Amino acid sequence: MSVDIYKINPEFRDIMPQEIIDLEENATWAGESVEKRGINDLTDKKEILEEHSLCAGCPEAAALRYILAALPLPEETIIVNSTGCTSLMFPHIALHTVHSMFGNQNAVASGIKRTLDWRFPDKTKDVVVLAGDGATIDIGLDYTLQSFFRQEKITTICFDNEVYANTGGQESGSTPKGQVFKMAPKGKVFDKVPMWELAVTSGVAYSVKLTASAPKKVAKVLRESILIAREIGPTYIHLYTPCILEIGLAANEGLWEMKEQDKDRFDDFKYVSDEAADYLKKCKKEGLL
Amino acid sequence: MSIKNMTKEKNWSGQKLVSTDYLLFEAPREKHFMTGSEVLKEAIKRCTVDASVSYPITPQSEAAHLIGELWAEGYVGLYFRGENEFGVMSEVQGCAMAGARTVTTTSGPGTLRAMENFPTWSGTRIPCQLILMARGINSPLTIQPDNLEVSFLLETGCMIWYAENVQELFDMSIAAFTVAEKPDVHVPIITAVDGFFVSHTREAVMLPADDIALEPYDPYAAPLPPIDSEMPPGRFLRDPFVMKSNYISYATHASWQWEVRSAVERSKPYARHYLNGLVHTTGEENAELVFVACGTAVHQAKEGQRELAKLGIKSKVVKLRTIRPFPHAELLEATKNAKYIFVPEFNVVGWLDKEVRTSLYGKSDAKIVGRPRVAGGMSMPAEAILKEVFENTNLKGA
Ligand SMILES: Cc1ncc(C[n+]2csc(CCOP(=O)(O)OP(=O)(O)O)c2C)c(N)n1
Ligand code: SF4
Ligand SMILES: [Mg+2]
Repeated sequence: MSVDIYKINPEFRDIMPQEIIDLEENATWAGESVEKRGINDLTDKKEILEEHSLCAGCPEAAALRYILAALPLPEETIIVNSTGCTSLMFPHIALHTVHSMFGNQNAVASGIKRTLDWRFPDKTKDVVVLAGDGATIDIGLDYTLQSFFRQEKITTICFDNEVYANTGGQESGSTPKGQVFKMAPKGKVFDKVPMWELAVTSGVAYSVKLTASAPKKVAKVLRESILIAREIGPTYIHLYTPCILEIGLAANEGLWEMKEQDKDRFDDFKYVSDEAADYLKKCKKEGLL
Repeated sequence: MSIKNMTKEKNWSGQKLVSTDYLLFEAPREKHFMTGSEVLKEAIKRCTVDASVSYPITPQSEAAHLIGELWAEGYVGLYFRGENEFGVMSEVQGCAMAGARTVTTTSGPGTLRAMENFPTWSGTRIPCQLILMARGINSPLTIQPDNLEVSFLLETGCMIWYAENVQELFDMSIAAFTVAEKPDVHVPIITAVDGFFVSHTREAVMLPADDIALEPYDPYAAPLPPIDSEMPPGRFLRDPFVMKSNYISYATHASWQWEVRSAVERSKPYARHYLNGLVHTTGEENAELVFVACGTAVHQAKEGQRELAKLGIKSKVVKLRTIRPFPHAELLEATKNAKYIFVPEFNVVGWLDKEVRTSLYGKSDAKIVGRPRVAGGMSMPAEAILKEVFENTNLKGA
């Protein structure tokens, strides 16, 4: 619809919690204007994420805030989640979000996207998947890749903390080789799954690997990936959001860890198909980027 | 084809929009001769269906192909083949949550592969329809008719209806959308038939014309807002109950599950209307010998009843048409004169026998016999039914 769905019925205004009033008065929606939203809004605007119950200093929480602040069209964005630490933040997001099961996120998102394209042929509706590495790469790998094969027009974001965090720190396919975690008491015996490369092989138009150390970079990648998904095809973002709890870091050490990995396992990887690159140029000209 | 072609009078494919009552009870009908798979195509064609997702498995594949043809012909809004049944049922969930009238089909191993989805469907209160063409479950590998798979679905919070034949599959699958979509019901519905016996058997059926179809689904008349960003985000919670260890979180989960089951119960008055009753009976009204069955076992029980009548033994067949909700009151009424109740079934575990016993416990003095039970693709001849009757009762033919 439009930002109108965030307008409060005047009859109920006096009983509305302040955070709902703030959403109407001080959140940044895209609305009709082309005025860009962005992570600069985080300092003085109402955020789409209310509070959350992740560990203090968890980089997943910071990364989600950057992502929500950078959505090009939040009032028309649906985010599909999976089970994991991120699912503890989803009920606090003031958008239409879905938590269905553990691992089926790309299948649910495919159904939603196709239906919205059918029901609202003249509208832009962005469908974004956001799930952990266990959800994306292990239990949900089939559905992740199949959605790429089918060229579903959705953006898939993997919050890679290299572990099953929410169940207490077990080895995942995304854990680096040699790491000792639960269920790998002698150290992981196989390499970290290169999901960003599998995504390219599977047909995405855009695949980026990065850490959440630089908010502006996260915001740029997110906007590019959503715009490409609208017009060209599936896009994939592989984001390092370390689990400070499981690797034994303090609440203020997540950023340092991400900066370290910027030069190591999460050094820049960016694939943009030719068609997507041309489209991005066009978007730039039109002021969408 | 576009949804933009839909008007107040016609759907996107140009069919005139009519009420369910008109389509099921009033529209003139003509005789056709077709299989269960073919009749399902005719039903879906008249239901203004937005979405269908498919996956091959015998014996439901043909029905899924034919729904695909409806999409190619412009009757169904969107259609594709998913990656496996788990994925398909999740895609169906996505379609239905985003506001689509959605249908899919599966059988046996497909049902079990998809299992985690079904309680998730009912928990999200989507009114999608699964047409289940029951087949056996591995191992050993089988493709034969057998309805063991239904027992796994009984406690998923989905409604389950069971059609006996091709005609019932047509009428039930149309009524199913209407009942499932009632705002005070709004839960998924599984319409089951016995694979092959119904899917592949050609029978005479009476069908209304195909230029009329159901009114479209209104996702805004639902207990939960559709996931389409057109309404305030109804799931915005300040304090999520998920994974909290406090009384409110426990109570929320428990009451939600009760509510899903209550919603299934609330479908009864609607189902009584659109199905002409939750049970149908044939034979001698006051007979002491009663067969309680669903699906094609009903057909075989009726054969048995006719054979018994030739021997001068009165009997009656009670066909259960809804399994969830279970028609307790109707079953009790239909068996009030029974001395013997037989429950013939196409599976080894006797899930319907257990349902009948639970329902009548403490209310009926009849001897309940869960036989004959055939499985793995075996047929159920009338002789098998008579044999059980003579072995388990003191009834003797004239
Ligand atoms: C079918 C199923 N299997 C297992 C689980 C248990 N489970 C819940 S969350 C989780 C870990 C999630 O890991 P990941 O996707 O990496 O997210 P993280 O918590 O690390 O952010 C697991 C294994 C489940 N909920 N469902
Ligand atoms: S367990 Fe790890 S990933 Fe989960 S909230 Fe805590 S720090 Fe973040
Ligand atoms: Mg993880």
